[in-house]
Amino acid sequence: MANTRASKDSERSVRDGILATLPSLRAFAISLSGNVDRADDLVQETLLRALANIDSFEPGTNLPAWLFTILRNLFRSEYRKRRREVEDNDGRFAETLKTHPEQNSRIEFEEFQQALAKLPADQREALILVGASGFSYEETAEICGCAVGTVKSRVNRARVKLAELLSIEGIDDFGPDQASRAVVAGSGR
Amino acid sequence: MNERKSAKSGSKMQLYDAIPKHAALNRQIQDRIGQQLRAMYNDVVSQGIPDRFSELLKKLDEQVEDTDQAPQDEEKR
Repeated sequence: MANTRASKDSERSVRDGILATLPSLRAFAISLSGNVDRADDLVQETLLRALANIDSFEPGTNLPAWLFTILRNLFRSEYRKRRREVEDNDGRFAETLKTHPEQNSRIEFEEFQQALAKLPADQREALILVGASGFSYEETAEICGCAVGTVKSRVNRARVKLAELLSIEGIDDFGPDQASRAVVAGSGR
Repeated sequence: MNERKSAKSGSKMQLYDAIPKHAALNRQIQDRIGQQLRAMYNDVVSQGIPDRFSELLKKLDEQVEDTDQAPQDEEKR
């Protein structure tokens, strides 16, 4: 641990940055795992690792990307251990959310969350990072340790798959276009 | 783009790409997916940090204070 005055100051500013990123980091963890308790464990573990390795962060580089990378890697190593276990989505996620004008109903939200949980982990993380966390394709590639083209392809496949899952379950939510509806219904066979 | 998928779900994917009528609905669905995803995410962001983190951070801050008595004012804006 560095103890000079200058490094203390920079360590403090990194700590402040970490704090500011926590709510978004937690939203990422919850969206990834669908389980509030597991997500909070992941965030705590990420926080402790980040603080323990704070010297390895280069000030001026992308702090959120550094933190999301730590959390993403923790989640993926845990996911590999758990992959044969039953989905442990505990339903508490939906309960903790307020009602939104964008969400017609809790049921619609739960359907969305279930569809999201059905995506392969690599597609889900790419979609969340690009579509909700606000990272660029380049930053997402850095976080996921893959090529930019791979991120784009994963996001596309995630969107197609979600559209497919949600179309089957609730096509009426998405508009009155009968012809398109028939096309989607046909594609399900 | 879908070479790897083609073995499993190629016919479905090709149908998606091949029928232009699908594009309009697809855009609508995509907008809706984007909205739902952001609504879910931003809701959690707006919840802030649960107590367990505030308590943990307070403890960690006390540790830092113990090892750092120098004033930190000049960096503050």
